[in-house]
Amino acid sequence: MPRLTKDDTHPVRFTLNGRPVSVRVSPRTLLTDALRHEIGATGTHVGCEHGVCGACTVQVDGEPARACLMLAQQAEGCAIRTVEGLGKSDALTPLQEAFREHFALQCGFCTAGILMTLDALFSRQPDAEEDAIREALSGHLCRCTGYAPIVQAALAARNRIKGGPIDA
Amino acid sequence: MKPAPFDLVTANDMSEALEALHQGGTEARVIAGGQSLVPMLNMRLARPTTLVDITRIPELSRIEAKSDRITIGAAVRQSTLERWPDLADRLPLLHAALPWVAHTQLRNRGTICGSVAHADPSAELPLCLIALGGTVTLRRRRKTREVAARDFFQGMMSTDLAPGEMIVSVSFPARKPSTGYAFREVARRHGDFAIVACAAIARPDGTATLAVGGVADTPRALELSADRTDLDDRLNEFAWHLQARDDLHATARYRRDLVRHLGLATLEEALSCRD
Repeated sequence: MPRLTKDDTHPVRFTLNGRPVSVRVSPRTLLTDALRHEIGATGTHVGCEHGVCGACTVQVDGEPARACLMLAQQAEGCAIRTVEGLGKSDALTPLQEAFREHFALQCGFCTAGILMTLDALFSRQPDAEEDAIREALSGHLCRCTGYAPIVQAALAARNRIKGGPIDA
Repeated sequence: MKPAPFDLVTANDMSEALEALHQGGTEARVIAGGQSLVPMLNMRLARPTTLVDITRIPELSRIEAKSDRITIGAAVRQSTLERWPDLADRLPLLHAALPWVAHTQLRNRGTICGSVAHADPSAELPLCLIALGGTVTLRRRRKTREVAARDFFQGMMSTDLAPGEMIVSVSFPARKPSTGYAFREVARRHGDFAIVACAAIARPDGTATLAVGGVADTPRALELSADRTDLDDRLNEFAWHLQARDDLHATARYRRDLVRHLGLATLEEALSCRD
């Protein structure tokens, strides 16, 4: 039975945005800190560190989850996807494009988590109605943009992903 | 906010998990989804020296449906049960309650049994277990026992779990014919812990159960006869009996009002949906 001792670091292997990674972390290291401090993937933000704010939301095997409520060691063998796995600045995904067009972010602190939730929602449910979008967004706190532009952007992205007009 | 240091044992089978829990004694805790435990670790409200991860034990990931009960293993995630195709048919109360459990991002990791083990007085899943009269199966190295939900929950975040012991499954009685089930909740925001949550079961003979969470230190159930002429008085007595307290979310008086009004609405819904 493998016992990972508290005072040592131990390897953990998973894929990050499709690429295999291996890092050494202590048992108590949270996935957020492994991503940001060990790997340098700082796109995932850290807010409340107890699961309430949603800033650290990443996809674990395709499903949105709080990286601050997961031990890095629990990611062994998982496929982790973060905001760095979406588009690049010169080639945004339709979802990111819609966020820019609809001014769905100001400070941007909550945005990475929200994008990961919505990206997972549209993968599972490409025709998600506004109710489902609001339900998914209820797991995220935004303190400056307000939710109306975020919902507008999500609806526009859904329409674009479905091949319809961008305006909701 | 980072957890205090601990050893992490990833158990591959039950005997490894039980051995590690036995060795760790009162200082060992089980981790599955971690959605209740990791916040406690991050805030250092819990400082176990050993965590035993049970999510890789295959037999704990099963949902076992028998004619009269549904048994849910300790590693079954809330979202897995939420997507179980038979949920609405076999466990209508949980079908109604699960969307109220935190947010989708937490249900994707959190387990049914983890919420039961955490025993937050406002949590929806312990309330459903009490309302339905379910059981908790506990195991330690040389002993397995099954405990009724009403005996398992002993107080706020306090249960009958012994050192070295773990929950292996919880069992919910399956839907019975011509019985109505309803769940309602008031929270500041959808996804928050309940200020008051109500679960009601209405049977074909006219008797009913109303269970309430968020008021007393554990979920409590009220049994009602088919004669409901004194229902308002019974609900009022029950509301006072729960000994609500003021806190920053709501006053005691508001909670009693919710028990009376939300309780009645939940009962009426259960009575009307008997088929």
